[in-house]
Amino acid sequence: MTQLYDCRDAFNEKLRELASEDLRIVAVVNDSVGSSKLNQFGKMYPVRLVNVGIAEQNMIGVGAGLANGGMIPFVCGASPFLTGRALEQIKADLAYSNQNVKLCGMSSGMAYGELGPTHHSIEDMAWLRAIANMTVIVPADPIETAQAIEVAARTAGPMFIRISRIPVPMVHDEGYQFTIGKAARLREGGDITLIANGVLVTQALQAADRLAAEGVQARVLNMSTVRPLDKDAVLAAAAETGRIVTVEEHTIYGGLGGAVAEVVVTHNPVPMRILGVPGVFAPTGSAEWLIEHFGLTAQGIADAALELVGAKAQRQ
Amino acid sequence: MIDTQQRATETLEQLRKLARAVRRRDLQVVHGAKLGHVGGEMSAIDILVTLYFAVLNVDPNRPDDPERDRFILSKGHSAVALYTTLAHRGFIPLEQLDTFAQPLSKLNGHPDRNKVPGVETNTGPLGHGLPVAVGAGIAAKLQDASWRVFVLTGDGELQEGSNWEAAMAAAHYKLDNLTVIVDRNRLQQGDWTEQTMHLEPLADKWRAFGWSVAEVDGHNIAQLLETFARVPFEAGKPNCIIAHTHKGQGVSLMRDKAAWHHKVPNTEELATALKELEEVGA
Repeated sequence: MTQLYDCRDAFNEKLRELASEDLRIVAVVNDSVGSSKLNQFGKMYPVRLVNVGIAEQNMIGVGAGLANGGMIPFVCGASPFLTGRALEQIKADLAYSNQNVKLCGMSSGMAYGELGPTHHSIEDMAWLRAIANMTVIVPADPIETAQAIEVAARTAGPMFIRISRIPVPMVHDEGYQFTIGKAARLREGGDITLIANGVLVTQALQAADRLAAEGVQARVLNMSTVRPLDKDAVLAAAAETGRIVTVEEHTIYGGLGGAVAEVVVTHNPVPMRILGVPGVFAPTGSAEWLIEHFGLTAQGIADAALELVGAKAQRQ
Repeated sequence: MIDTQQRATETLEQLRKLARAVRRRDLQVVHGAKLGHVGGEMSAIDILVTLYFAVLNVDPNRPDDPERDRFILSKGHSAVALYTTLAHRGFIPLEQLDTFAQPLSKLNGHPDRNKVPGVETNTGPLGHGLPVAVGAGIAAKLQDASWRVFVLTGDGELQEGSNWEAAMAAAHYKLDNLTVIVDRNRLQQGDWTEQTMHLEPLADKWRAFGWSVAEVDGHNIAQLLETFARVPFEAGKPNCIIAHTHKGQGVSLMRDKAAWHHKVPNTEELATALKELEEVGA
């Protein structure tokens, strides 16, 4: 049985480590100590855990002010509220003001499952990547999460990091080196490219296994930075494999698929499929059930890829 | 003693003179650009001039000094008043004011900290300044630093709920290093605040949120100086100064008229206004 991990643990371990080395590191929360798994951080660094109560607009402003005062704030909250409730503060106080604030969107995507669409954060990539000067990172596993947090602490500027609570296996090995704006090519293949990020990277890798059994060789890219997007990796995929399937735990409007399609359609139009939540509020169900329901599984991805390969074969 | 008294008087007269100069230049800039919010600028200028010339520990040559006092203009639409004050204080050249709102000018309709030295955060949408000021106040406390944070809000702006989230947090974190000044000119864009959405009893609201409150005549520089000198009013409590002001202060044809929120003076109105401001000084 493959071991599964909650990326929030890697986030917290890394944040504590960074905080021990750098007194400027602070965590800011909206009563989200437990859901951000910051209990241990709070015990170790009580004054550097700034809890503003249930007040997201103020939380973002406080993050901006802390940065203005020389601190490096990691502002943590459930992703739907952190982003949607305070979007104008994110735009004006962080991005436009160019403040060194790191937003950590916890339990993003459909991780809250049965709690329903109010608690799903399937618009955050679209909202945040539309804002100038914002970096948007969606790590796939604990290794990448920890590295993204470290890079964020050491790189100036506003950033959003999406951190899921959906259990994932290790996708990268210890030798992996996360770089902002660089896709990781996890599997070689010349027939089609599967581009995923976050908790669905593992599904894309399994889809590639299924496709290989059908004689289709799929390249798999972990596109963990959505903004700035790795255009070179997208254009190489278009040129070298001729077909692209994107997979995201997010609405299909304006997220990873949208970002990839903008590049593809502008420079080298090739057939694409964009998999995600098809512009609806999700029905009731667990996170796992919803991922299955929307076809964001290895089988669903493989089916879309086969359809795309078949469509191209027929045209030729 | 006499010497101190005399210096204080001189300072007061200097500040009044500066405030008239800033008003005149502000009106000229807005007239030239055909854009601006003169009503709320006239109501804020005595406060801005007092802060920048007699209260804030800031150095135009070191605008990024980590130990500087922070001033945040939450009512970002009064940008020309801030630019003009910053220019007189030496943060930007006075000539640069004439570029206001021109293509590619660093002086946008609302202030941009990445383009204008001395600006701490980009404002424009209302209810943003106080939360940022609270964060800065916490940062100072975390570092045991002695620098202070001042934020000027409009009064209509206090209808934004984010201010009250921040007000709660400031008291919770005992930010006696933070002072909010409310430009209580009683008018918002369309009408009197009390006709639009009641703010009163405003001082009681701040007190109920855990702040120490003072009320002053926001055009009486002596009173402003005396009040700023008393900050912090009480140890462990954030400070609120409700500055009773008049929209369009200093220019009779604009005073207390909502229409002058963002009306631009024509040539004749500008001449009348400048004449009045000069006569007061004479």
